[in-house]
Amino acid sequence: MKALINFVETKVKPNFEKGGRFEKFHRTFEAFETFLYVKGDVTHRGSHIRDAIDMKRTMVYVIIALIPPLLFGIWNVGFQHFKATGEEVAFIDQVLFGLIKVLPIIVVSYVSGLAVEFIFATSRDHEVNEGFLVSGMLIPLVIPVTTPLWMVALATIFAVIIGKEVFGGTGMNILNPALLARAFLFFAYPSYLSGEVWVYEGAEQFIDGFSGATGLAVMAAGEGTMPSDFDLFFGFIPGSIGETSTFAILLGAIVLVATGIGSFRIMASVFLGGLLMGAIFNLFAVNEFMAMPAYRHLILGGFAFGAVYMATDPVSASQTGVGKYIYGLLIGIITVLIRVVNPAYPEGMMLAILFMNVFAPLIDHYIVEANIKKRIKRMKKVRVQTQA
Amino acid sequence: MQGAAEKILNSSPRSAKYSVCPPDFHGLTPKMLVKEGEKVKAGTPLFFDKYNEKIIFTAPVSGTFSDLVRGEKRRILRVTIDADAADEYVDFGAADPLSLSREKVAGKILESGLWPAIRQRPYSVIANPEDKPKAIFVSAFDSAPLAADLDFIIKGQENEFQTGLNALSRLTDGDVHLSVHSKTTANPGFLNAKNVKIHHFEGPHPAGNVGIQIHHIDPVDKGDIVWYVGVQHIIMIGRLFEKGIYDASKIVALTGSEVLNPRYYRATDGAKVSDIVQKNVRLEEDVQPRYISGDVLTGCQVNTNDFLRFYSNQITVIPEGDKPEMFGWIMPNFDKFSLSRSFPAFLMPGKKFRLNTNIRGGERPFVVTGVYEKVLPMEIMPMQLLKSIMINDIDMMEKLGIYEIAPEDFALCEYVCPSKIEIQETIREGLDLVRREFS
Repeated sequence: MKALINFVETKVKPNFEKGGRFEKFHRTFEAFETFLYVKGDVTHRGSHIRDAIDMKRTMVYVIIALIPPLLFGIWNVGFQHFKATGEEVAFIDQVLFGLIKVLPIIVVSYVSGLAVEFIFATSRDHEVNEGFLVSGMLIPLVIPVTTPLWMVALATIFAVIIGKEVFGGTGMNILNPALLARAFLFFAYPSYLSGEVWVYEGAEQFIDGFSGATGLAVMAAGEGTMPSDFDLFFGFIPGSIGETSTFAILLGAIVLVATGIGSFRIMASVFLGGLLMGAIFNLFAVNEFMAMPAYRHLILGGFAFGAVYMATDPVSASQTGVGKYIYGLLIGIITVLIRVVNPAYPEGMMLAILFMNVFAPLIDHYIVEANIKKRIKRMKKVRVQTQA
Repeated sequence: MQGAAEKILNSSPRSAKYSVCPPDFHGLTPKMLVKEGEKVKAGTPLFFDKYNEKIIFTAPVSGTFSDLVRGEKRRILRVTIDADAADEYVDFGAADPLSLSREKVAGKILESGLWPAIRQRPYSVIANPEDKPKAIFVSAFDSAPLAADLDFIIKGQENEFQTGLNALSRLTDGDVHLSVHSKTTANPGFLNAKNVKIHHFEGPHPAGNVGIQIHHIDPVDKGDIVWYVGVQHIIMIGRLFEKGIYDASKIVALTGSEVLNPRYYRATDGAKVSDIVQKNVRLEEDVQPRYISGDVLTGCQVNTNDFLRFYSNQITVIPEGDKPEMFGWIMPNFDKFSLSRSFPAFLMPGKKFRLNTNIRGGERPFVVTGVYEKVLPMEIMPMQLLKSIMINDIDMMEKLGIYEIAPEDFALCEYVCPSKIEIQETIREGLDLVRREFS
């Protein structure tokens, strides 16, 4: 280990330093160098000791939290495929089939996104940001496995450039990049993204009576059979790769909340908002969708995934404590609203989060104003006291 | 952290050289009053503030003014004195501060060179003697990591402390507020202090920061001025009034994981670090020690040839973290401390860590939210305030409470920041900007 670090520091590094052969690419080198080891940089200004946490570790914990839905998603791809074709195959074959389908999407997402990141880091001379490590994993998990690879690449590049780099990179963006990628696909190629997502082209014959419709599509159309709550919760249903299993997502949520990296305030309030709106619809139910039990909204479609991984993105979410509750509640409410009331969009999570991303700064603005008013009030009170 | 000082008081040997370091006093432009080779007594003026001639700085010991170290733009970094074997003091005359007028009390403190001990909010700079502060604040406990125990330091000096408080009480029409820790403060010198209002605080750092205490007792708004003084300086002010001399001796805690026997030493302001540290530091072949005058969050980096700083109550020695660490950002890291629960440290409360100076990451824009708020017990929105400073929005800084804060209050924010932003420096820039704008 030490020898490797030594080799990198003495043999490889000089090439990338000022005057070296690859000086231009020193940001690229830096990214790989810091990936390999934590640099020996010490503090010179301010606090002499620093917390051991950094952006890399923060981001990596999100990826760790994404592992349960990812693994489940891989298996579910195989499971759903063979269910559709009516074949009985072993567990391992289901996983293998899923791997073959999902892995390329992940690779394409990372390669295309990171390429853009490195180009921008090099041309703008800033350190490569870790933000995309998470986005690159989120993008594959929120799209259906049938999405063609070129679309994945296109959407990722669009999301990184328009969603992030035009604003100045990670930390400066207004919208959640991963959701932007999905929104891009959703509006550019709507037929791939919603409703019947398991319809494969090719020679496979479906068994009679099989429908690839997602639960939300069933509800919106008012026909077809709804999967049981058990299936919905554990995710034995068609849907985007990572979104189906609420159970796996909750496992990830535990990791995020336990490490304190994901905001519990946002997660809880999104779920609460969804329940609340669902309950309101129940009260005034005039059709089957409105009468659907409120809790079912939380296990249907991308609700849980959005609440746990998407809404909690600290950059695009509200940044104030109280603001986070408002932001989360509204996401939950708007999601259910879109689902039930707007027949054009069976899934409201994506749009609700993007919508609230845009409004998060406004929420924060009012929270900050409240703080300022408090300060002015305090000042007046003290003045009165001193005069009295 | 490892290396809290044991409650044993030793004397450090008299240094051959003592120094006053003008950079300790933020915003000061010194003008020299003595020439090289001139003889000085303890209390002889060395230099004064170019922008406020009343504020003078005097020699902590008697000896010969020998050396002036200048840095960039001929900024004076150090004024060094070759010390005599024993101190001779300038006589300022003993007096009971309670029987003197405000002007007389202030005049005596100014003349002795102890005025720089009195600092003000806003801006966290030396107080202006012309101002009438609405209150004066004293924190009787220091909550910083490995901080010196003021209860221990004041032992045997309770009378001087009270005299010092009496002097301060003459300087303001308002109150002198003394903040004690409700659990750990036990010394009657604090608990039974007179002519002050006593407030009880508890909780972890930064509860002992005077800025936090001001915020909760009587906050600073636009136009307000409050002053604050450290306990050891109040003792020195007390000695000034009781004996009529500037006696700059104080008790310093030598702390940190690299110190073999952490304990307390009696030393004088401006003493050489090597004379306090002596051979009390663990020397390993591949671990460089870092010497800090002050605590690890706000202290000033020094080396053994450097000098004890004016506002410091402790010297801390920790290891430099200049070694790369393979995949350090993903390993469980049982030996690292973090506020974040992504490290196993939170499972081991009470464990003492040997922390080093590694930054552990590159600087990034703000990404994670809600972490600063956890370590800043004030009704101030730290991230929003920092952003307003970064874009030089003075109006917003005012609205968000820049007058209440000092860099030291944000030291923990800087420590926990996952984006590794230099927060204390940012705060100082903001304060300087506002100060320039209004003066």
